[in-house]
Amino acid sequence: MLEVRALKKEFQALSGQPVVAVEDFSFRVEAGQFVSIVGPSGCGKSTLLQCIAGLSPPTAGRVLLHGRAVTGPPEGLILLFQEYNKSLMAWRTVFKNVRFVLENPANMKRSEIDAETQRFIELAGLKGFESHYPWELSGGMQQRVAIARALARRPEVLLMDEPFGSLDALTRMELEDTLLRLWESLHATILFVTHDIEEAVYLSDRVCVLSGRPSRLLEEIAVKLERPRNQLSTREDPGFIQTRHRIFKLISKELAVP
Amino acid sequence: MSIAGQIPWKGLPVLAAGLGLWELSSRFFPLVGNYFPPATEVFVTLAAIVGSGEILLHAAASLARFVEGYALAATIAVSAGLCLGLWRPLYMLFEPLIELLRPMPSPATIPIAILFLGIGDEMKVAVTAYACSWPILLNTIDGVRSIDPVLMNTAATFRLNPWERFWKVTLPAASPQIVTGLRVSLAIALILVTTSEMIVSNDGLGFYVLDLQRSFRIREMYAAIVALAMIGYALNRLFVAVDDWVMAWHKGLTRKEEIP
Repeated sequence: MLEVRALKKEFQALSGQPVVAVEDFSFRVEAGQFVSIVGPSGCGKSTLLQCIAGLSPPTAGRVLLHGRAVTGPPEGLILLFQEYNKSLMAWRTVFKNVRFVLENPANMKRSEIDAETQRFIELAGLKGFESHYPWELSGGMQQRVAIARALARRPEVLLMDEPFGSLDALTRMELEDTLLRLWESLHATILFVTHDIEEAVYLSDRVCVLSGRPSRLLEEIAVKLERPRNQLSTREDPGFIQTRHRIFKLISKELAVP
Repeated sequence: MSIAGQIPWKGLPVLAAGLGLWELSSRFFPLVGNYFPPATEVFVTLAAIVGSGEILLHAAASLARFVEGYALAATIAVSAGLCLGLWRPLYMLFEPLIELLRPMPSPATIPIAILFLGIGDEMKVAVTAYACSWPILLNTIDGVRSIDPVLMNTAATFRLNPWERFWKVTLPAASPQIVTGLRVSLAIALILVTTSEMIVSNDGLGFYVLDLQRSFRIREMYAAIVALAMIGYALNRLFVAVDDWVMAWHKGLTRKEEIP
């Protein structure tokens, strides 16, 4: 469904030197999958997502969604950012932040838009916070608003750029489980970027391990852990520990400083 | 917030002391008192010229110029600022011109405006609008240009068309800074209206104050100056009230950021 072919992204550093962020990156995501991308920080994961989301043109290679080349932000694909405090509209209430994405292709009646908005607010665990402004909420709740907003648009593919990177450990676990629940009930397809190996293994069907800059795909690792996943039993499962071990070894080689 | 909550009650002792000092100094030093009548007399005179309607005609003329000049500046400068903020090449084109004109003291345009527009209302409105435009223009440009890329990327990923992006994202995101510009210009508008009326006019508070001074009606002159201060204060209060209402979200946001 989503396919990346030999993608390369190069940009000019401030010094004028060309920097290769991503090199010869190819992979596929099938409908309904939960795929994570992990790699050392600063390796170009976010750049890769920006290219896939059509927000930044690749230097070489192609991104295909349903076989059509992505040249700008495509229909059916939404990118969710880590910085919820910047991506949410501070001047709109929680309800209106979510409603906003349904107003744009105005093919629904007002009452339908409101009902759909309410549905996603409740799915994301935000019932009772409809009339709050985002900045009145905690970080975790704000990211829930961003998730509700992204999913309300019913994207075929949801790209997430380290969405839980700035949250504390407990909030992060809560949101991981909310995300999995939503992913399953909405039959969404998610491409999730993180630098947290355990998070990647816990959430995903498959983990793509990236090298340091320039980012290449080192290995794709299938995660064969049963669903629904559980913060305790899944993380204590020998399969989980082995997968984490393998990914850690791959990445730590990349981190090795002479 | 209620109006009562906005009055800085705690500052009243200093205000009262200032008025007391004014009253006493002019009563006990007759030499000073000749040029500086006691506060009580000034306020009684103010009541008298308000009562006779003398000052009201001048105030109405000044306020009309103020409203026209300020509204003109707000319309033009916000529109121009949005265009310049959105299109970088356009900004590059105009930047040197803006940087050259901006530091020039605005009253210097009065002689030019007299040449082109004569000595009537048009001239006063034009110089007021010119002077008010700068803070609004620069704040609007900066407001648009400092919108976070994450927000614009969010608008892009949700495939907003340029129209929606402008009305639903760019304008509200830049609005706090646009309002800052509008607020700075409020005081400037009053300065330019008064100054231009002092230079050439036969009505308005600026003319009135100068005329009173020239005809040695010193009490009336002070009363008119007090009236100017009160009008400035009232306009600012009105602006703050509207700002608190329209930009309530931003007040809440900044208040929250101040709390550690």
